[in-house]
Amino acid sequence: MVNVTTQGLPAQAAQAKAAQAAQAKALAPAERALSMIGGDLTEKSLKLHLEGLAGVDAVGLEQRAAALGTRSIKTTSKAWALDTIIELIDLTTLEGADTPGKIRSLVAKAVNPDPSDATTPRVAAVCVYGDMVPHAVSALGGAWSGGTGSGINVAAVATAFPSGRASLAVKIADTSEAVASGADEIDMVIDRGAFLAGNFGLVFDQIVAVKEACRRSDGSFAHLKVILETGELNTYDNVRRASWLAILAGGDFIKTSTGKVSPAATLPVTLLMLEVVRDWHRLTGERIGVKPAGGIRTSKDAIKYLVTVAETVGEEWLSPHLFRFGASSLLNDVLLQRQKMTTGRYSGPDYVTMD
Amino acid sequence: MTDREKPAPSRFLDYAPAPESTSILHLKPSYGLFIDGEFVDGHGAPFTTISPATEQPIAEIANADSSDVDVAVAAARSAYTRTWSRLSGADRGKYLFRIARLVQERARELSVAESLDNGKPIRESRDVDVPLVAAWFFYYAGWADKLDYAGLGPNPRSLGVAAQVIPWNFPLLMLAWKVAPALAAGNTVVIKPAETTPLSALIFAEILQQADLPAGVVNIITGAGNTGEALVNHPDVNKVAFTGSTAVGRAIAKSVAGTGKKVTLELGGKAANIVFDDAPIDQAIEGIVNGIFFNQGHVCCAGSRLLVQENIHEDVVDRLKSRLMTLRLGDPLDKNTDIGAINSREQLERIRQLSDIGEKEGADRWTAPCKIPDKGFWFAPTIFDNVSTSSTIAREEVFGPVLSVLTFRTPAEAIAKANNTPYGLSAGIWSDKGSKILAVADGLRAGVIWANTFNRFDPASPFGGFKESGYGREGGRHGLAAYLESAGWASPQAISTTGSTSRKKATS
Amino acid sequence: MTRLAIPKTYKLYIGGKFPRSESGRTYEVSTKDGRFLANASLASRKDARDAVVAARSAFAGWSSATGYNRGQVLYRIAELLEGRRDQFVDELSATEGLTKPAATAQVDTAIDAWVWYAGWADKYVQVAGNANAVSGPYFNLSTPEPTGVVAIIAPQSGNSLLGLASVIAPAILTGNTVVVVASESAPLAAVSLSEVLATSDVPGGVVNILTGSPAEIAPWLAGHADVNAIDLAGAGLLDWVDLQIIAADTLKRVLAPEDGAPPPSLERIVAFTETKTVWHTKSLI
Repeated sequence: MVNVTTQGLPAQAAQAKAAQAAQAKALAPAERALSMIGGDLTEKSLKLHLEGLAGVDAVGLEQRAAALGTRSIKTTSKAWALDTIIELIDLTTLEGADTPGKIRSLVAKAVNPDPSDATTPRVAAVCVYGDMVPHAVSALGGAWSGGTGSGINVAAVATAFPSGRASLAVKIADTSEAVASGADEIDMVIDRGAFLAGNFGLVFDQIVAVKEACRRSDGSFAHLKVILETGELNTYDNVRRASWLAILAGGDFIKTSTGKVSPAATLPVTLLMLEVVRDWHRLTGERIGVKPAGGIRTSKDAIKYLVTVAETVGEEWLSPHLFRFGASSLLNDVLLQRQKMTTGRYSGPDYVTMD
Repeated sequence: MTDREKPAPSRFLDYAPAPESTSILHLKPSYGLFIDGEFVDGHGAPFTTISPATEQPIAEIANADSSDVDVAVAAARSAYTRTWSRLSGADRGKYLFRIARLVQERARELSVAESLDNGKPIRESRDVDVPLVAAWFFYYAGWADKLDYAGLGPNPRSLGVAAQVIPWNFPLLMLAWKVAPALAAGNTVVIKPAETTPLSALIFAEILQQADLPAGVVNIITGAGNTGEALVNHPDVNKVAFTGSTAVGRAIAKSVAGTGKKVTLELGGKAANIVFDDAPIDQAIEGIVNGIFFNQGHVCCAGSRLLVQENIHEDVVDRLKSRLMTLRLGDPLDKNTDIGAINSREQLERIRQLSDIGEKEGADRWTAPCKIPDKGFWFAPTIFDNVSTSSTIAREEVFGPVLSVLTFRTPAEAIAKANNTPYGLSAGIWSDKGSKILAVADGLRAGVIWANTFNRFDPASPFGGFKESGYGREGGRHGLAAYLESAGWASPQAISTTGSTSRKKATS
Repeated sequence: MTRLAIPKTYKLYIGGKFPRSESGRTYEVSTKDGRFLANASLASRKDARDAVVAARSAFAGWSSATGYNRGQVLYRIAELLEGRRDQFVDELSATEGLTKPAATAQVDTAIDAWVWYAGWADKYVQVAGNANAVSGPYFNLSTPEPTGVVAIIAPQSGNSLLGLASVIAPAILTGNTVVVVASESAPLAAVSLSEVLATSDVPGGVVNILTGSPAEIAPWLAGHADVNAIDLAGAGLLDWVDLQIIAADTLKRVLAPEDGAPPPSLERIVAFTETKTVWHTKSLI
């Protein structure tokens, strides 16, 4: 009886031991997590940290969001808000049927949203699938920011968007290829399955790895937006934990949704994520961006988000490097409202371009 | 110039003005007393009601003297005997349903009038006060023909004429709380709105005319304290319902002693809002803000004592201050206003005095940086930190936007501190742990307890206090008991007591 | 040869103990036809104050006992009374001048009243409480709770045992604690009842019984700030309006005087309760 250590143990005990080992497993040494949680960063320490976050009362959260939604934004404030919304839009097309022509058309709209009014600002970025990045870059031409900080960014969804169901190697390849093609921003999805199964460490390590894949040859990074797919996380407590986890792992932005799952962005979820970002800023002084995506179609709705941002984290966040709308049809509604404010008359869909 | 050409605002958060239009409001230059279905002159010297936000006069209001009170009570008595007590419950209910609908139809107008006269933000009168007024009438309308199920035994009896005196903090809502159950139970009413806020009640009188409510069933008389006194002490009233200060409540309890008048009193409070370290913190902060700064703190159940667990004290105060920086104080009729005007100069003076005492007694005062308008009565949201239990501001009702912060270490200490007051109206509990919430709720000596929420009201939910916060309940099935008397249950047969010839109605 | 009887010393009942009045005063209790029966303690305002302190300290424990438990404790009182029927019949005959059948009827009615009220202890909450359907995502429940310390002026004219059951049982079954001023002219049943209470399962301080002059003691109880309610059932011959005015100073709940022993009723139970309404948010997420 020599080999007692594992084989002799009953299956249950072996399982427990394996679980223990998993708990003790060291995670990728992401800088933020190390400074927040401490040196021995493990699955267990991460779990304890996330589970120690304050709970969320859904009724109170939704009431607060609803109250913010009753702000009445008029005249000069409204004019400023409409332009700001345009400047914050990631103009998006994420269809299986996307073609180079469709991308060119999207880019044209991004550069010149309202041909009838040259004062109309440009959007922040175009958001496309990874294989469409070269088409977007070439269509943008001189309007492309190309990492310069001015101009329109190209954002690519990556990591087996939208489901995230692929191996880490595939996710990394997906990301690096998009970055190599010129993507300024990567919108990755987290592994919701792993998150719901309680494997926070796996989700964490993947974000750290994808972040690393965002590194360009010159050492700079493409911005990383981490999509939580809040519609699949079920509870607000989970949204808070996932937001926190994404920030700890190095995300530059936390983003609500892929747009492929209902519900997508909601005001309460966005408010909650803004509260996390505010708390992170209180603790570290560091500013994290927030991107609600999917389901925001009207100016009226978008203004509610602006109000929520301004009253939760401050107006400073109403800038493209800290807040984005992931949207497509929203832009045209904003343009219609904008035309109404200019002419004093209601406009119609025939007076804005399709895309 | 179109809107587009205007310059961008320096701060988005300053939000361009968004005033509610007052064009919907058609005010008369002067209002009489509403007695026996008509507006009549009063015999006292009329007074002017002003907007506390601008100090501008709104309308001239009749002043009822004791002879007017006599006439009003006589009208109510005659309506009670001749009409209302003979009407079927179903028909009484139909009148109340009509009133509920008319309130909904004229909601915008009532909201504007309320904000104008009271100084509360239009957002509150529009989203809270007036919708609740309609809900209250709708709820009690349905009770009118179901009184057998009110818990007082079969065929409960109405009391007769109800004398009702209401405060200025929720002028129309308090009217609804009083009038709806009284009428549903079959009583007639003489009600006196507060001196500084008579306007919405007088528009409500017009609604009663539109509803074709029989004359004299509801009489609305305006005036000051002496009018209320004359009403409460009138020998021909059977019921007294009062909401207001504990001092006046005490005086009423004395003056009706021995008269057999049934009394309900909703008086002051000094509610504890208890925040545990496992609270849903962002919602707790909102709850604290809503608890004390809702309606400028002019709320008897306001969470004026924040009891926060010591280990999160600094964090909570810090978050609270940040949150208060975003509150917008100003024009009550602006749709973005969070904090309106203090209702009167007198009240403002009281808030100032108590705040000065708080400062003198050593608490740390912090005031949100608000721009205070030149005209009108204003008090910026204020927090007193490190307040001791013996502090005046921890014991006396301020009835303004002033929060006292105290700390505790254990749930038992929180309960003890929360209960350490002669009042017992309301309390709040914030925690994510259900068993603790329920146990703390059990230990609190208060009539309304909000867990993970605050300042919620509903016609189906009884409201009222323990101890010196008064007695009786308003709202729900319990609210009917204030306006009915039992016709008697069948006595348990084996225990027919000797010497008992009559059953007196016992509660006073 | 007849045995020389041993007369009982009639004392106050405060906090589960039987003290004499701190004032040292007594008064003579006699039969209807004037024969000496006993020197009862003449309670003072300080005795009343001590009784309030005892009642207050018993409140936390008694009010947090389960309804089932309080119900059994009340039922136990009935059991013990049943065992001492003869003693009470004798005392009632002596003090109230009742015939034996009349005295027996009163004792039996009193016992039945204790039983009737005992059964309410775990039910009144269901009948007087309410689940409220509010329009919003809230759990909302109203439940009655005991008011606190209740001062009681027991019925004074006749019914010296039944009167006590009629006022004490409805008050304590909900968890209130009481200070009772017994019938002045016929206090013996009250003192004997306190002996029953002392040997029953009623915790000390839940019921405190004072003998003496209601006219002297009642104003002190009505004015005492730590008394939450006052039952003037037996105060009909006192200046009870004044008592009510004094009670208004601390906004006490007041029950007006009644003729004789108040009949058993749910209203009497609910009169000294406070409805507490608890709201809590509801959400799946």
